[in-house]
Amino acid sequence: MVRKEVVTRIARRQVIAGALAIPFLPRPGHAQGAGRVVVVGGGFAGATAARFLRRKDPKLEVFLVEALERFVACPFSNLVVAGLREMEQQSFGYEALKADGVRIIHAKATGHDAAGKRLMVGDGTLSYDRMILAPGVDMSFSGLPGYDEAAAERMPHAWKAGGQTMLLRRQLEAMPDGGLVVMTVPANPYRCPPGPYERASLIAHYLKTHKPKAKLLVLDSKDAFSKQRLFQAAWSRLYPGILEWVSLSTGGKVSSVDPAAMIVKTDFAEHKVDVANVIPPQKAGKIAEIVGVADRTGWCPIDPVSFESKLVPGVHVVGDAAIMGAMPKSAFAANAQAKICAAAVASLMNDKPLVEPLLINTCYSLVAPGEGISVAGVYRPQNGALTEIPGSGGTSPPDAPDAVRAAEAGYAHAWFKTISAEVFG
Amino acid sequence: MICGARSASAFLFGVGVLAGASSGPAAETPPAGASSCSGCHAPAKAAATGIPAIEGRDPAALQALLEGFRSGTVPATLMNRIMLGFSAEEIAALAQWFGKKS
Repeated sequence: MVRKEVVTRIARRQVIAGALAIPFLPRPGHAQGAGRVVVVGGGFAGATAARFLRRKDPKLEVFLVEALERFVACPFSNLVVAGLREMEQQSFGYEALKADGVRIIHAKATGHDAAGKRLMVGDGTLSYDRMILAPGVDMSFSGLPGYDEAAAERMPHAWKAGGQTMLLRRQLEAMPDGGLVVMTVPANPYRCPPGPYERASLIAHYLKTHKPKAKLLVLDSKDAFSKQRLFQAAWSRLYPGILEWVSLSTGGKVSSVDPAAMIVKTDFAEHKVDVANVIPPQKAGKIAEIVGVADRTGWCPIDPVSFESKLVPGVHVVGDAAIMGAMPKSAFAANAQAKICAAAVASLMNDKPLVEPLLINTCYSLVAPGEGISVAGVYRPQNGALTEIPGSGGTSPPDAPDAVRAAEAGYAHAWFKTISAEVFG
Repeated sequence: MICGARSASAFLFGVGVLAGASSGPAAETPPAGASSCSGCHAPAKAAATGIPAIEGRDPAALQALLEGFRSGTVPATLMNRIMLGFSAEEIAALAQWFGKKS
């Protein structure tokens, strides 16, 4: 598929469409200072980057390569699992990006020619001046014996929103009262550090409301987790006798699963379960490996000012796939990073200096439908990594009154409305 | 390529250089931290979400509010924790920036 050719500035920008033509069009000529940026991945990171690139520099030609016609958001999908929200509210199209002049290609990126700065997309080839990868996460199926893509149809991870989310919800709905639900939680790093604990809270809420004799066992490969004190206080107040958390040091690490027998094993116990939500270890999405921006950890080292890959020049990585130092893998962080990255790429394309960034993260979690908690942080590059500014950030106070918890639940919904409108609206 | 350390003077130096350019994307470079804010705070013209809009507010009042969050004199659920990551100069720059937007 890769053709030998003289790589001139013009040639690099030409699109060589394949037989099954994706509507790739050659550029009708370009003004001085313009160029082409290809963004791969249409989630919070990629869609933000594409949109803000066009806003920063309307002369830039921006392609967004995303296999799916519609994006399904993970934040708030735990409410869908618990039957408290509908899937339609999680789903967004790319019409607004198109209206902003982003050229969307719904196809898979399958290969890369680093020297020629060309990405293989479906049956075609897309040349770029700079590329931004925002592939999110892939499940690392090799990380848990017995678990693979087929097993996920019996024991859903539901860690990418969509069919998996609904599968887990239906399994919970079909389960008899008195059944056992097991969640397994991986070691760090993984997408959305507090996410498993919000999900545990909302599943426990579902059980308490609909199946009060059922139990939820959370088997964790860690001893400590995000917003732990706040979650645990909420659990003992709201879900006593329903939700049990088993830490790493008390035997929580899952060693294998047997989806046919519906058994989840640790080194110390074997659990016959009615519903298993297995959140496996994760790694950067496949294209990161293809392009060569992922290191041996499975994640992508980047420069914290430009988010350019430390491994492949001209390729930037944002969002969950990247190693962002102290910044967690959250939708808020992905959106914040993508705006900085878009500005940096626009500056680089125009030979303008970069500005050292300052980034904020905010993550809300629901411990019950109307009860929210949060963690926030402010980050800047230091010694080559994004570092939390000392004294900033932290979690909601442990002794906050009910009104504050209710307000934070409201702010969580407001945040989702705002960020989804900024990215897709 | 990078405009020095994250200090007010380095930041202002950066703006001065960029403001000198007649056009181009960097001329609109927001102050440190500003681009993160729109993750929660919708544009002024958008429908109310429950989180206050910050665009188009009086810069002096906005600066006083953000300073109040930072010092803890103005109660907040989360903004106090965020403003602790900003210097007085950075807060002033944010207030000016959002004050000018509408």
